[in-house]
Amino acid sequence: MTPAWHDRLCSIEATEDGLQSAGYIASRPISTAVYLAHHLTKPILVEGPAGVGKTELAKAAASWLGLGLIRMQCYEGLDESKALYEWKYGKQLLYTQILKDRMGALLGDEPGMDAAMRKLHGVSDLFFSEEFLEPRPLLKALREPQGAVLLIDEVDKADQEFEAFLLELLSDYQVSIPEIGTIKAKVAPIVMLTSNSMRDLGDALKRRCLHLHIGLPDARLEARIIASRVPGVEEGLRRQLVAFVQQLRTLDLKKLPSVSETIDWARVLVLLHSRQLEPELVRSTLNVLLKFESDIETVEPQLGELLQKSRREAVPVR
Amino acid sequence: MDLPLLDFFRAARSAGLRISPAESIDASRAVQVVGFADRTRLRDTLALVLAKTVEEKQAFAECFERFFRRGSFANDAAEAASPAADGGPAAGGEGEGGGGGLAQMLLNNDQAALAAETEAAAAAAGLVNITIFTQVNLYTRRILDRMGLAALEREIAETRDADRAARLRGARDRLREQVRDFVQQNLLLFAEGQNQAFRERMLQQTRLTAIDRRDHDRMRVLVRAMARRLATQYGRNRKRDRRGVLDVRRTLRRNMGWEAVPFLTVWKQERIEKPKLVVLCDVSGSVAALAQFLLLFLYSLNEALAGLRAFAFSGSLIEVSEILEQHPIERAIPEIMERIGFGSSNYGNALVDFEHGWLRILDSQTTVIILGDGRGNRTDPRTEILRQMADRAKQIVWLNPEPRTIWGTGDSDMPRYAPFCRVTAVCNTLKHLERVISDLLRDGA
Repeated sequence: MTPAWHDRLCSIEATEDGLQSAGYIASRPISTAVYLAHHLTKPILVEGPAGVGKTELAKAAASWLGLGLIRMQCYEGLDESKALYEWKYGKQLLYTQILKDRMGALLGDEPGMDAAMRKLHGVSDLFFSEEFLEPRPLLKALREPQGAVLLIDEVDKADQEFEAFLLELLSDYQVSIPEIGTIKAKVAPIVMLTSNSMRDLGDALKRRCLHLHIGLPDARLEARIIASRVPGVEEGLRRQLVAFVQQLRTLDLKKLPSVSETIDWARVLVLLHSRQLEPELVRSTLNVLLKFESDIETVEPQLGELLQKSRREAVPVR
Repeated sequence: MDLPLLDFFRAARSAGLRISPAESIDASRAVQVVGFADRTRLRDTLALVLAKTVEEKQAFAECFERFFRRGSFANDAAEAASPAADGGPAAGGEGEGGGGGLAQMLLNNDQAALAAETEAAAAAAGLVNITIFTQVNLYTRRILDRMGLAALEREIAETRDADRAARLRGARDRLREQVRDFVQQNLLLFAEGQNQAFRERMLQQTRLTAIDRRDHDRMRVLVRAMARRLATQYGRNRKRDRRGVLDVRRTLRRNMGWEAVPFLTVWKQERIEKPKLVVLCDVSGSVAALAQFLLLFLYSLNEALAGLRAFAFSGSLIEVSEILEQHPIERAIPEIMERIGFGSSNYGNALVDFEHGWLRILDSQTTVIILGDGRGNRTDPRTEILRQMADRAKQIVWLNPEPRTIWGTGDSDMPRYAPFCRVTAVCNTLKHLERVISDLLRDGA
């Protein structure tokens, strides 16, 4: 039986439209990646600067397909007991207590040690059964009966050993638990890994994934994104603010403003009921776009010029 | 698997993409899903499967364009040949019906068939194995032979119709040009990357002082790539187990499942410190080229280092950290040279300068790297200062571009300095440089 959401991924165009219906404006490579991830059952490794919508893509895909989003944030020191499974120690202890009480009744009439041991063997296996397994995100995603979207966020922050540990999951959609055996996904989840390129990921991991690089969007795409995410902003203002942000990106800054910052800024402007980019207003809200003091200092003196230019550029697009 | 796709993998590999067999299988599966029909879609798909870094995406896009431009052979040619074709049909109509297949194709100006024929002949001649540009003529000749050039020549010679012969001759020359272009494109596609890789391998082993100025750009790229590799390996905080020292807290936590009976032990860990470096570079004529690459290497490593201060000397010594941080290396090096370089080196003086100005920056975590040939032009070597430095610093590493056998000959003070250095190493190629630096990083010097 194939889950209903498989039909929704019938073509690249359908994927693009679907993501859009979930509020995510996908460029062509992005929708191709999602489409292929399903049809080839391969994870997607999404790289790109912070704030271009890597995590957002997973959220949008989950909400469009009507699947649960299982998110695992990576950090240094993350290990399998937090990512994959842990034994329910409390329950195991409780079980031991019960077993102790019943021991007499269970073994009472066995004549010798050997026979008693044989009887116990059958019981002890229960300790390490799925009953006592506490599933963590990765295992949860595999056991989801309808499939899921599994987001392994910022995988570059995890240790190198953890990367190696992910390989089995990524290539075969299964995990091995020494005490139990192999657990295979009933319905392969859509797996997305994101990375900010803090460090280069291993070749083995990259080889198992489709590699999607999301860069900063061009003006047209960004305007569409703003229109979809901040519907309250007027057309004229939208063009201006996008043109302004695009210009900021050509400057030599420590941290270029990315899409999430543009969206935040658009929200701020809507809240302040502004219809035009006024120099005073921009100056006071610049800290939404730029996150370093030194960047703000670089931009401030050029503000007038930048604003004029963005006004000029905003017009012809209409 | 589809042959064109296989050829494309070859081309992509030669363009510097690393495509494993598993990835090529994935790629052909992906292409089966999306089909060949839409070119941008095909490009997006292959880019997802084959190119796994931003640089690779770039290389991929270029390679893709170049590879599939090959397919337009027929169109370009048809446009170029169309004036000739105008006169064609009228004259061709009376055709004697004779002539080989090639002649017929040329007379009919059937570019599609010609293109197909060229492809087939190229495949038979093994064009994908082309490696250097001197083979262009050879392969052109082979392809033309396979297409039946001999028969065509014969026909031109035998035909009595002067007009027809002239047209055939013109068409033949055009064809030769086309095939030549075709071969050249293939050379670019299949061989360029290999040649580049070969040249880079050679450069890594060439003495740095002997490298041509025109290769400097390429060297810088190489150095940065090397440094990048080391930086990703050593840039993170590393720890190592101190075996035998039990970490009680974590051991208890780890063994909670069995009432803290310590079946599994967890050892205390110690951090491997990132090295703090102080670099003294001799920039007098003999060692300057080497200094440039050492500095470039170290400055590309910044995330794997805890601190880096650079000094340059020849007659006297100055700190150059600031210049190097503010300017790209291409401009920084000439500026340093202008200030201090090209004098005759005086190691004693340089050490005195260092003692006066900066001796106090050395502490037990600092590694001092000295790059120089140790030839002080018979001036006082002042080894007692180096001894002081060795006492204060964690260690001193001396890199000498000269082969070990001539250390101590002539005015070389190397044997006098050597006792205070933990490591003395010959270092005059990129390979040496990489080995020395990666040793430093590994031990957390």
